[in-house]
Amino acid sequence: MSDLQSQDYVRRSASTMTPPKARSYEDQVAKLIDVSRCIGCKACQSACMEWNNLRQEVGHFEGSYQNPNDLSPDVWTLMRFAEYENEHGNLEWLIRKDGCMHCEDPGCLKACPSPGAIVQYANGIVDFISDKCIGCGYCVKGCPFDIPRISKTDHKSYKCTLCSDRVSVGLEPACVKACPTGAIMFGAKSDMKDWAQERIVDLKSRGFENAGLYDPQAVGGTHVMYVLHHADKPSLYSGLPDKPQISPVVEAWKGIIKPLAVAGVVLAALSGFFHWITAGPNEVTEEDEAEGERVLDEAEKTP
Amino acid sequence: MALTRREFIKFTGLGLAASSLGMLGFGESGVAQAAAVRPFKLAHATETRNTCTYCSVACGILIYSMGDRAKNALSNIIHIEGDPDHPVNRGTLCPKGSALLDIVHAPTRLKAPRYRKPGGTEFEEVSWDFALDRIARLMKDDRDKNFIAKNADGTTVNRWISTGMLAASASSSETSFLTWKVMRSLGAVVFDNQARV
Repeated sequence: MSDLQSQDYVRRSASTMTPPKARSYEDQVAKLIDVSRCIGCKACQSACMEWNNLRQEVGHFEGSYQNPNDLSPDVWTLMRFAEYENEHGNLEWLIRKDGCMHCEDPGCLKACPSPGAIVQYANGIVDFISDKCIGCGYCVKGCPFDIPRISKTDHKSYKCTLCSDRVSVGLEPACVKACPTGAIMFGAKSDMKDWAQERIVDLKSRGFENAGLYDPQAVGGTHVMYVLHHADKPSLYSGLPDKPQISPVVEAWKGIIKPLAVAGVVLAALSGFFHWITAGPNEVTEEDEAEGERVLDEAEKTP
Repeated sequence: MALTRREFIKFTGLGLAASSLGMLGFGESGVAQAAAVRPFKLAHATETRNTCTYCSVACGILIYSMGDRAKNALSNIIHIEGDPDHPVNRGTLCPKGSALLDIVHAPTRLKAPRYRKPGGTEFEEVSWDFALDRIARLMKDDRDKNFIAKNADGTTVNRWISTGMLAASASSSETSFLTWKVMRSLGAVVFDNQARV
């Protein structure tokens, strides 16, 4: 069907057999979210639910335009509204489209114990393969941006797919297409970076000296990037991590402890095997039998 | 099956060894990796151009319906998105436009004219024939009674100001032209819609 098939995987969860990167000339894609052009209309949210056939249950008013209140298995993207009073005492309404960042080095994929449940394609999209998902929730712990959500209906993990079904046939993601102000753009990652630089120059000329691109290198860069007016303080935008990184617990478990444990299992098996070859099985001698009988007799005599 | 203690330990040991092999990566050997991307759902859907029903901006939309209009396939709208070739919105839509699919299938959607009798309390569903005949009858009666052919100075004006019309907002230039033509030819001057014909 598409070029996003298994041979196009560049990473595969819990696999010692990640396929070699056969299509190294495939363009890396990226979505650029220009926070400064966003009006918070939530067209992206609507379009996402419509395209992916998701409907969140109607919730309750929580005192903010943010609605629904949080990401869920049925809410893959969400406008987060933050009110920030700047140093001049002026209110800034910082609205950020939250959702999967499609990290180059995905923490979810690293943490996932189920082979092939999380994959990364050569174009950079990180996708959850639901039929292989076991619903353990490790991806939630592994994600530096707190994105995946486990469904209570089918106990599988869900998040934004960057519309891999649309991208695979040459279309832009649904949220990108809908955005009426052009705050969400989609294209080759290099083009998106160029476009972001133009926006940053413009923002700086308008007095946002700290305007910049959010493409955190600690996770290898992301395929969803932000243009922020306050790139020096990403946490202003409803807790966007200043320095996102994969949890050290996940890094240690997958990087050190698990390989060590596997080596331990192999060593134990090998030493057992060689002991059996060299020393042979443990034989029961006549003396052992007699001693056993004696112990049993004694146990019977004493009440 | 009777198991001695020794046999039990042997079997569990074998099981452990087998699962350890799986853990070392051998479990995957020979397993084909299936194509994983969700199939593109519009591949052979019928695409129809239309105008968004909501506001006076009148964005162009593409309506996708099931089937290829074959005789035995009943079309059903499955997806709506912006029309990239439409000069108004060039593919974009607002949140309401992006959610149009849900008003298409809303159980509360109005699909037939409804009529409340003078003095009545309930609306009842009526046929288009009944509705159009009744509207025409009342318009004609009112126009015959209140039509102003000449003003006080004797100048011909041909006005009909006692009846007005509110038209829908989702108008293209062509429907706006027709609205003008129909209402103005009757002499009506009181008519408006959100699109400001």
